[in-house]
Amino acid sequence: MNALNYRVVIFAFAFLFGIVFSVPSLTQCDENTTKGEASSCGKKITLGLDLQGGLHMLLSVKSEVAVESKVKSMGTSIKYNLEKEEIIFDDLKIDNNIITFEVLDKDDLPKVVKILAEEFKEVAVSQNGAIFSLELTDDLIALTKQNAIDQAVDTIRNRLNMFGLAEPTVAKQGKDKILVEVPGIKTEEDENRIRKLIAKSAHLQMMAVDEARAARVDMMSDGEAKQYGDVILQDVEDNRTKYLLYSIPILDGSMLVDAKVGYGKDNNQPQINFKLNGQGAKIFGDFTGKSVGKRMAVVLDNQVYTAPNIVQRIGGGQVQITGAFTPQEAHDVAIALRSGALLAPVQVESQRSIGPSLGEDNINASILALIVGFLSVVVFMVLYYGMAGVISNFALVANLFLILAVMSLFEATLTLPGMAGIVLTVGMAVDANVIINERIRELLHEGNSLTKSIEQGYNNAFTAIWDANITTLIAAVVLFAYGTGPIKGFSLTISIGILASMVTAILGTHGIYQWLLPKIDKKKLGFWFGIKTDKEIK
Amino acid sequence: MEVFKQQKIINFMENAKKVGFLSITLVVISLVLLFTKGLNYGIDFAGGTIVQVQYEGKAPIEKVREIVAQNPKYQGATVTSFGSESELVIRSKQASKSVKGGAKVEVRKMLKDTGKFEIRRVDMVGPAVGDELREKGLMAMLLSIIGIIAYLSFRFEWRFAIASVVALIHDITIAMGALALFQIDVNLPILAAVLTILGYSLNDTVIVFDRIREGIRTIKSPNMADVINESVTKTLSRTTLTSLTTFFVVLTLYLFGGEIINGFSFTLLVGVVVGTYSSIFVASPVLMWLKFSVAEFREKEAASLKREKEKEKMRAMYEQGTM
Repeated sequence: MNALNYRVVIFAFAFLFGIVFSVPSLTQCDENTTKGEASSCGKKITLGLDLQGGLHMLLSVKSEVAVESKVKSMGTSIKYNLEKEEIIFDDLKIDNNIITFEVLDKDDLPKVVKILAEEFKEVAVSQNGAIFSLELTDDLIALTKQNAIDQAVDTIRNRLNMFGLAEPTVAKQGKDKILVEVPGIKTEEDENRIRKLIAKSAHLQMMAVDEARAARVDMMSDGEAKQYGDVILQDVEDNRTKYLLYSIPILDGSMLVDAKVGYGKDNNQPQINFKLNGQGAKIFGDFTGKSVGKRMAVVLDNQVYTAPNIVQRIGGGQVQITGAFTPQEAHDVAIALRSGALLAPVQVESQRSIGPSLGEDNINASILALIVGFLSVVVFMVLYYGMAGVISNFALVANLFLILAVMSLFEATLTLPGMAGIVLTVGMAVDANVIINERIRELLHEGNSLTKSIEQGYNNAFTAIWDANITTLIAAVVLFAYGTGPIKGFSLTISIGILASMVTAILGTHGIYQWLLPKIDKKKLGFWFGIKTDKEIK
Repeated sequence: MEVFKQQKIINFMENAKKVGFLSITLVVISLVLLFTKGLNYGIDFAGGTIVQVQYEGKAPIEKVREIVAQNPKYQGATVTSFGSESELVIRSKQASKSVKGGAKVEVRKMLKDTGKFEIRRVDMVGPAVGDELREKGLMAMLLSIIGIIAYLSFRFEWRFAIASVVALIHDITIAMGALALFQIDVNLPILAAVLTILGYSLNDTVIVFDRIREGIRTIKSPNMADVINESVTKTLSRTTLTSLTTFFVVLTLYLFGGEIINGFSFTLLVGVVVGTYSSIFVASPVLMWLKFSVAEFREKEAASLKREKEKEKMRAMYEQGTM
């Protein structure tokens, strides 16, 4: 028998491959490279949130709100267009996502029809005398909802990236869910900040105060306000202070181009300075120009931050939000404004938040289980099978390294159930060697020659190991395809473990036997195979 | 070392009926448990919130219970200790959808006067997600059973496939019965454990069946019971040893793996024991009772061998140009 048979060579390569590629994961070397730069320490396994702590959330988007605000902004734009043409109208109202208004001068009707046809092509318009009503088509509603979800994914991703955390994951899951994973959160305060940042609609609106009725705001109900086309909003600092505002805003955050934290000249309080784009600046300038003496409210997420008197026309499109911000809040609000508003609010469908200390406990517990489990199997194999057990243990160690290496190369995530999968694989991978060793013993007991016992033993054992592994693999693959989160990690490690055991336990140990064959002392079968036989073995 | 040295063939099938009675009893008890006590679905499937709190020092469980009971938002919530003296979990059926608030903020506020503590874990699953997960879990189970039956029918014979699935259902039913008996929280990892039992049970059965398949060809007796007895005896050492190593490993997981995967490893412990038992005492007798005929199998095999040879002969003749 050739010393360097191909099986041993393959096994040695597999072993080496396993060690080389699992090193980065085992040392968890921390590269201080910026994004895009090649890492010096290679691909490695990421620890799952349950092992390193962090926040996992599955969000859903209330996309019907996006439809509502789409209708609202259409209202704004109708108002703007009609006023531009100096058309006199009344009763511009939104009810149940339908916009209605009445044109007062019958002569303007053809002009209105023309404007609506030109500017609002995707909308179903119906006309009843001088009363017009506009409604979104079903296609447009579906599109708006879809946009709201896609935009939420981008927006949340931008916000988390700007927040400056290591490797947050934001991905669309299924049709309408968003998966957010933020590893490595150290404190509860940080977690709260991140949650607030994700949740922030950052819906900025400039709204005019309905000065004619504002005096009665404290006695007015929401329903009454709605009749006038108004809305009642509270002050951010003092919720007893209420403002009566025209519900259709002058402009909104979609016209914002930049937002930065600044400090007030007089009081050195943090404030947010933002800049409007050209169109926004023009609308803002026009409005302030003709509304001198009236109040305008800066509204963020339906709370009034300031409502100053307009003293003169404000051009240039530079606006500030002042209010009771801490520097941290101002920082987070600026990020939220820069990354854009969420077209619709998000809500949590499921979440898992693991503190860093628990993650550490989980790692320690599972590593302890792995070591104890591994050692008990290794010791058992040596005691029971002698050298044959030692050879099996080589395969077992190689198997462990291979699992780690393959997972590193795929940059897979190792979770707690994944660790359990590895521990379990140790128990199951050794099965192949038990089957083989039993077969070899059986053949030796029957008095077969050593060479024949080994070769025949592997042959006889092969179909059993193969069929058994394939059935387990079928179950693992189905699990991987249908499972979520923890189950995926578990089935991944099991699958890799089974495949790796085919190389190490079957091919690898076979090669070692062939390599060692000339050295095996036929009189010391107790030492080599852990058996006693009275028969003469050739 | 060698434990299973006996050459004597053990007559397993002789007592198959008695043991079968035991199996049926266990399955029936499990079913009764499943239908009366039922599975205790954890939040992954039922929806709800779990908050794990660790105190510095001993956790004031009674005090926390009182406070939680007074909060209308946490109606029906339970407070239990978790693993050690200093830790407790609050389980509630409610699931807050708020991104920025949620259970962590609420619990921090609610318990602020109970001492110094850290909120180590918050798991929240909304009801819609739970339903979806349950459906997917069932689907995964069905699909893997179908895939495995197909594979075994192809590699062995349909009776082998049926017998292994009977053993499989036996194992899973008993494991789930144990879950119901001990009212273990059934969460995603438990589903993974049940599916592992599925794989493990089959693994064990397949290895015994492989030996039976071999025995049908090599053992002289045309009696299926004899073939099974001899084959099972020969694999007995392997079956026991592998089960032992796996059992050890799962036991270490159970003892050292931490509270969170306790349920998972418990399920596996039951599964390993039942899976080993069933491959010998359930799968094999069922194969016998399905009237697998050794003689017929051999005839068939001989016939197909003959056909094969005939074909070859024809081909040889054809190639030689004698046809």
